Amino acid sequence: MKVLVCVTQVLEVSTYVEFTADGRAVDPAFVTALVNEADLCAVEEALVLVEHAGDGEVVLVSAGEGEADEALRSALSLGPQRAVRAWADGVVASDPRSVAAALMAVVESESPDLVLTGVQSSDTGAQSVGPVLAAMWGVACVPVGRRLSASGSTLALEREFEGGIVERVEVDLPAVVTVQVGANTPRYGSFKDKMRAKKADIDVVVPSSLPPSRTTVARLCVALTGAGRSLELIEGGPAAVAARIADLVREVQS
Amino acid sequence: MTRSLVLAEVIDGVLAPVTAQAVTAAASLGGDVVLAVVTQEPHDLIEAASLVGVTEIVTVAAPGSDRDHEQALAAAAALVADVDPDQVLAGFTIRSSAYAAALGHLLDLGVVTDAIALRRDESGPLIATRSVYDGRVHAEVELDASRPGLVLVRPSTWEAAEPGGSPTVRSLAVDLPESRVRSVELVRPSGDVDLTRADVIFSVGRGVGSQENVAVFAEVAAKFGAALGSSRPIVDAGWLPASHQVGQTGTTVKPRLYVAFGISGALHHLAGMQNSQTIVVVNSDKNAPLFGHADVGAVEDIHDVVEQLNLLA
Ligand SMILES: Cc1cc2nc3c(=O)[nH]c(=O)nc-3n(C[C@H](O)[C@H](O)[C@H](O)COP(=O)(O)OP(=O)(O)OC[C@H]3O[C@@H](n4cnc5c(N)ncnc54)[C@H](O)[C@@H]3O)c2cc1C
Repeated sequence: MKVLVCVTQVLEVSTYVEFTADGRAVDPAFVTALVNEADLCAVEEALVLVEHAGDGEVVLVSAGEGEADEALRSALSLGPQRAVRAWADGVVASDPRSVAAALMAVVESESPDLVLTGVQSSDTGAQSVGPVLAAMWGVACVPVGRRLSASGSTLALEREFEGGIVERVEVDLPAVVTVQVGANTPRYGSFKDKMRAKKADIDVVVPSSLPPSRTTVARLCVALTGAGRSLELIEGGPAAVAARIADLVREVQS
Repeated sequence: MTRSLVLAEVIDGVLAPVTAQAVTAAASLGGDVVLAVVTQEPHDLIEAASLVGVTEIVTVAAPGSDRDHEQALAAAAALVADVDPDQVLAGFTIRSSAYAAALGHLLDLGVVTDAIALRRDESGPLIATRSVYDGRVHAEVELDASRPGLVLVRPSTWEAAEPGGSPTVRSLAVDLPESRVRSVELVRPSGDVDLTRADVIFSVGRGVGSQENVAVFAEVAAKFGAALGSSRPIVDAGWLPASHQVGQTGTTVKPRLYVAFGISGALHHLAGMQNSQTIVVVNSDKNAPLFGHADVGAVEDIHDVVEQLNLLA
């Protein structure tokens, strides 16, 4: 069984942020890059599927410029066999359709049985790359999935909905699944895998055609918090905090 | 004149609240608002769908379940072709997200998910605002005016349109494919607590650290007559049953008092508790996003606070 897992680097911004001169991105001085949490759950899910199948491989792909290699290397350290990067000038990183088109070039060259993505990128949360990639590939997509198991060319899994509703579903392979954050506890790779990840060759696949981008990030600004409430901070240490909470509880219950 | 198509969300034969909110968002752009209702028995929903601001209801009879996103995709594609809207709106929910980006690709629409504001200046492009980076930054996204846009609106962000409109009603026959995703079993939540009935909820997040510590909070909550809620990672770790989870994929609560211990404030958690009457947040990180939604906050270690609470119970 061959599973292709899409991973991406996400940005955590500091509390105080400034933007680039064109106002369309966060100034890199105010961000920390990490691997998207849900993607690591997808990698773990893929590794277990391939272990159970008894043979096959887990291949990673990320659509991005050189810095995407960092995400690929940290995900490789969990144990996948290979990693590929997809990029061409013209890929619009903020447009899930454009990102999916870049990933699609690797889906075509690798012909996997299954493609996994994380349910969302934690920084921008569009939940779109998996569904759009499935549409391009012409296969079914199961979003917000967990507990994947394969038998022959059938994949069984659970998908989640609002309000705690869970549906057990089956789908024929090939298919795309977006893996829910927290679906499993991703393993720490072995020392050997970590060393291998550091040195691994990462080929770059260049997508031959890209869809037009129908959205443009025009402007970023700092969000005003408050949500209509004004925050009163309790000072005075844990005892004072506890006393205030106890008062609030008694007010409600009296 | 502009025309919006709103795709209703139907769950268990009932119109989900986000639909009336999406109607408000669409109506704010002016022009016609066409509300599409795709479900097994759409005629049962005409009264509920007759919201103020809706000019026309289009129904599509669809045999599949409300979780069948392949059917929803085919119906939405037919509706866009039939209605020829300038923009399509739906809720930013798991059901809509399952097909929205695919619809955007197939019909070459600009897609923006999780919008918190929407406007069009004069005859310029549609501009949707998204909240990104843990809610710290807002991004204004312009949709290409040469193609229709598809915008998924964040639930509980727009007021709900009121019932009592008088739209015209027609039905559209669409040939719908059988889904390639086969339903085997539907599991509805069940469990030992009903958080929706609690006046006071003490809720623990990943900051709680261990299952033993969850037990400490459970004991203190019980002493105060509070129900015990949690964020999702606590349930994922198996430290509490799923019935305790507050948030998008858990329970939505509106207690008189919600006290969050060691919860950061992800959008998915907020979705389940932001309408609580009074929100108290205890977190050792003064920059935790949940403080931005709280009435009362304390930058403290939750273990120290629970120890003190125990003395007061
Ligand atoms: C489709 C989807 C649906 C989801 N549904 C839900 C849902 O229904 N409910 C839900 O909760 N999440 C849901 N999530 C997950 C959500 O995105 C977050 O990952 C989750 O809410 C984070 O939980 P947390 O705040 O407990 O953990 P974290 O984000 O890890 O935050 C832990 C917090 O604890 C604080 N802390 C740590 N130690 C201490 C200490 N000793 N004292 C004080 N503070 C401390 C930290 O400063 C931090 O702010 C969903 C995600 C997706 C993608």
